[in-house]
Amino acid sequence: MKSIEELKAIRDKTLKEMSIRENDDKIRIVVGMATCGIAAGAKPVMSAFIDELNKRNINNVNVSMTGCIGICRLEPVAEVFDANGEKTTYVKLDAEKARRIVAEHIVNQKLVTEFTVGAAER
Amino acid sequence: MKDLSLHIMDITQNSIVAGADKINISLCVKGEPQMLILEILDNGKGMDAEFVKKVTDPFKTSRTTRNVGLGIPLLVQSANMAGGELKIKSEPGKGTELEARFNVNHIDRIPLGDIPETIKMLIMANPNISWTIHFSSPNDDFILDTDELKHHLDGVSIANNNVLEWIQNTLDDGIKLVYGGVLDEVN
Repeated sequence: MKSIEELKAIRDKTLKEMSIRENDDKIRIVVGMATCGIAAGAKPVMSAFIDELNKRNINNVNVSMTGCIGICRLEPVAEVFDANGEKTTYVKLDAEKARRIVAEHIVNQKLVTEFTVGAAER
Repeated sequence: MKDLSLHIMDITQNSIVAGADKINISLCVKGEPQMLILEILDNGKGMDAEFVKKVTDPFKTSRTTRNVGLGIPLLVQSANMAGGELKIKSEPGKGTELEARFNVNHIDRIPLGDIPETIKMLIMANPNISWTIHFSSPNDDFILDTDELKHHLDGVSIANNNVLEWIQNTLDDGIKLVYGGVLDEVN
């Protein structure tokens, strides 16, 4: 059983680090997590986003979930909200595509055009 | 849905949309024949008796994006498939209690799936909700309460990566402790 002591150690370590990078969440990734999204595989997609961000030690991105976005046929869907408020909707995702979005959109700040809703609906 | 963790992910979205700030998820194995019982309780806005009656109908939904809601009908299907059933109690303004039962040894019972990961994601995406997670079986009992964790965290966000990893590992241990030797998929 993991102990509360361990949790307190994590807390103390985090409090120390927090002063170094006082960084509020600027970018948001929102994964569609309604029945349609889950059935289409949204969970491994969200898992890949979280894992890839952790691996790259990126801390200014908040990953969350939302209900049905209304384009169930294009699930799994994720929306990326950049710091300037601009929204990109990525569709028909899988874990591999999620990792590329982190690498190209989040890190290199270049849209992955081929995965966007615009490309899918053309 | 392939496993119970996906149903949990799905059904709790109903609680979240209903405005709940307290959600209890309980998994219990008991009885003879052994039943796996999933309970999800919330303090959301609830449903009136009329709506509860219709809620297992796929063409009844509160969503506005379209007129079909499949979350609960799919859970009914999973439970029925495994010799179980689904019950919902709800009261407007009070909240909703959902209970799904599965015969543990039924050949068509869906496996647990990655429940620790699901719960980690739910907490990560909804850090302001008070989550209580309860596993029990004749083996043992396990409880995780995010309010208690927040008390120890002293201002550090529960959505912090390291904290979430600790939660996931703790839940993993809990599942092994409670369901090891009880459910085939846990060893």
